[in-house]
Amino acid sequence: MTQSVVVQVGQCGNQIGCCFWDLALREHAAVNQKGIYDEALSSFFRNVDTRVVGDGGSISKGKICTLKARAVLIDMEEGVVNEILQGPLRDVFDSKQLITDISGSGNNWAVGHKVFGSLYQEKILEKLRKSAEHCDCLQCFFIIHSMGGGTGSGLGTFLLKMLEDEFPEVYRFVTSVYPSGEDDVITSPYNSILAMKELNEHADCVLPIDNQSLFDIISKIDLMVNSGKLGTTIKPKSLITSSAGAVKKRHQKPFDAMNNIVANLLLNLTSSARFEGSLNMDLNEISMNLVPFPQLHYLVSSLTPLYTLADVNIPTRRLDQMFSDAFSKDHQLIRADPKHSLYLACALMVRGNVQVSDLRRNIERLKPSLQFVSWNQEGWKTSLCSVPPVGHSHSLLALANNTCVKPTFMELRERFMRLYKKKAHLHHYLQIEGMEESCFMEALSSLSGLIEEYNQLDATKSMPVEDFPRLSVAM
Amino acid sequence: MSVVTVQLGQCGNQIGFEVFDALYTDSHCPQGLCSKRENEAYQASCKERFFSEEENGVPSARAILVDMEPKVTNQTLSKAAQSGRWKYGQHSCFCQKQGSGNNWAYGYSVHGPRHEESIMNLIQKEVEKCDSLSGFFIIMSMAGGTGSGLGAFVTQNLQDQYSNSLKMNHIIWPYETGEVIVQNYNSILTLSHLYRSSDALLVHENDAVHKICAKLMNIKQISFSDINQVLAHQLGSVFQPTYSVEGSCHYRRNPLGDLMENLVPHPEFKMLGIRNIPQMSENSLAYSTFTWAGLLKHLRQMLISNSKMEEGIDWQVRPPLSRLPTLGKASLNRELQFNTSIANLVILRGKDVHSADLGGFKDPALYTSWLKPINAFNVWKTQRAFSKYEKSAALVSNSQFLLKPLDTIVGKAWNMFASKAYIHQYTKFGLEEEDFLDSFTLLEQVVASYCNL
Repeated sequence: MTQSVVVQVGQCGNQIGCCFWDLALREHAAVNQKGIYDEALSSFFRNVDTRVVGDGGSISKGKICTLKARAVLIDMEEGVVNEILQGPLRDVFDSKQLITDISGSGNNWAVGHKVFGSLYQEKILEKLRKSAEHCDCLQCFFIIHSMGGGTGSGLGTFLLKMLEDEFPEVYRFVTSVYPSGEDDVITSPYNSILAMKELNEHADCVLPIDNQSLFDIISKIDLMVNSGKLGTTIKPKSLITSSAGAVKKRHQKPFDAMNNIVANLLLNLTSSARFEGSLNMDLNEISMNLVPFPQLHYLVSSLTPLYTLADVNIPTRRLDQMFSDAFSKDHQLIRADPKHSLYLACALMVRGNVQVSDLRRNIERLKPSLQFVSWNQEGWKTSLCSVPPVGHSHSLLALANNTCVKPTFMELRERFMRLYKKKAHLHHYLQIEGMEESCFMEALSSLSGLIEEYNQLDATKSMPVEDFPRLSVAM
Repeated sequence: MSVVTVQLGQCGNQIGFEVFDALYTDSHCPQGLCSKRENEAYQASCKERFFSEEENGVPSARAILVDMEPKVTNQTLSKAAQSGRWKYGQHSCFCQKQGSGNNWAYGYSVHGPRHEESIMNLIQKEVEKCDSLSGFFIIMSMAGGTGSGLGAFVTQNLQDQYSNSLKMNHIIWPYETGEVIVQNYNSILTLSHLYRSSDALLVHENDAVHKICAKLMNIKQISFSDINQVLAHQLGSVFQPTYSVEGSCHYRRNPLGDLMENLVPHPEFKMLGIRNIPQMSENSLAYSTFTWAGLLKHLRQMLISNSKMEEGIDWQVRPPLSRLPTLGKASLNRELQFNTSIANLVILRGKDVHSADLGGFKDPALYTSWLKPINAFNVWKTQRAFSKYEKSAALVSNSQFLLKPLDTIVGKAWNMFASKAYIHQYTKFGLEEEDFLDSFTLLEQVVASYCNL
């Protein structure tokens, strides 16, 4: 089995990362009853004997001693990382896997990318190499960051090029939080577009998320919980937003619930690789099936169900509802409407007590209402994992390579243009060594190129599907 | 003579387990409907073919398990061991840490050469345990990366290293509405390579077996386990021992050789399909009785109308009156109703088997003009019943049954190839566009050949 390393960069990245590790421990605790360090655990955790001086002797089998996350934590301010190190998860993190600074990036991509990039390059490389050495077979780097700020955006994307050069065979999956419409960071469009160029060129797969969508999902859940409908008591642990049973007993701060959703996304993404099932799906299969052309690697995700009701019997109807919800625009983790756009490819990753006939029935049912590109009319990738998430009997993660991401990018470009035309705040960037106006132009053109590719695909939407003439063979 | 099975990838290993389980369970089934001595001879023959004797008495399957990641093989090994009745050899498993990522090129060009020596060594060890080798049975899917790519590589190696032994590949045809998005690419690459290096391709379609589970077995929530069990039942009905000459008491010695001799008269036509009736849930079985006449009538119509199961047979389809061959693809676009056969083998097991009349299968109208029915059709009759069915009839046929599915897959793969989608994922690992074109050309040839029967 393979291992993955999580690299969390910046405030957002580290907060989400923290939730992820919390929930990962909870999930494995629920599955791993005997306390034996098994292959599933080893995908994200090392087993360490902390009495051994130095590196902390790694133990590959046997009882669990101390679990250490395969993570590298990077932040150019100390606040968030310090909070993590003082909290109940402090033992999960290896103190040698942290890189911090004090001054922060000032919401400036150039500071994060150019200044801190060159300053910390060697150190970051060293930490990454160390974490790779601890892996038997490293398959994937998960990078978690936000696009709108300075550290996550700038330093986070600087990392990508480094990872590509240093570990060319290891996949780079990036979870990026895009700025919402009412984002309070004025320069977020600059930061986002400069970061997008790096994502276009150096990421294998990007899972875009935006805060507004997460917030809307939370509101939906709150409405359900507080509606007081008769007979609707929700199982506490099943809330996708809940950290009930997790290590950290936090007061639910507003971002906690949202971060939990993203943490669940990552857990479900990797579940079929970690746990057994009748139709496994490894991480390398995600990129193989969902990325038809190298540039088009942005995947819109949706998680269902958001909660499980307390009654024990789950009629087929409810199972089918889970599939329907996965395609509704209210369940997407980014503002997007896949149903009314064009699908290039779609993956359904199912967990729990669901069998192949349920899967097939629902694909048949939903197919007519979805539009697939002409050369991929049956573009479905499916997986069945036997182990459900904590508190649920089954769950579904849908990943869509769909032109519905286009509006997000176009809006970003528009906000960028509004600022750039007036040269607003540009001097903060240009005064950094290595930054010129051409950097902005190149980033803009990279984004425009991407949007154009989506436009061309959308243009084929209403065209009739024609078969290409086949090779004719002489008999 | 013995058969060495190679189980490849998740699909191959999951199916392989069910096959050995079905073979073992049937051979130890007390309701053989024959004498005790007969039953013992059957058991011994089955054992010789598929199991080897180990010191502690638990038979060990003549198989090697290959996968590029460990989860499935671990599960398969422990399921067998837990059953307590049979098991896999202790050192029969080869696995790696990272899978093939549904990438045929990765399975064929990376995993293949890298692990060639280890895998061939394992096979060699298993072959050495056999007194005499009938050949290899390779179980794989076409849609994924390991079964398909590594399977093609291993088959090629077997052809080089064991050129005197037969190779039959058991291929799983994926669901038409995808399990894997690049399944059509993986399929055409697999089929084209296997066509060059394998002796026969025994095909099971997921869609067909799924329908059997739904309609005949009445299973509500169908799992892959259910599908694999139906599949294993069908394979068992073909591979379990059969008499060599009508009326004699000796079981056939060479399972693969006998099958190929009867069914693959020409190397251009290698695709074989199985139909097995009756097939139903145990509950229904208790209330059903069958006659050979009835079973054979259904089986014949299933063959002619290209039906994969007993229900929904189109009784309107009849053999054509004139046997003029139709040229070109035009005939494909017309509803290809009548399924022309090249060769058929009917295997009957159970009560009163000698009274069964197979005249219907000897009709020359069923066959292509260049083979006489006496050469194209064979029947094996065995008194010993199979797996609780008082009477069971299996048909292995080399016919046009796979023509439409093959044409569909080639068409879809071609459309995708014309748009260049996903090609970069394959060229990354050493495959060129030329290789794709070669595969398309070969398969278009196969389609045309079957079409013109």
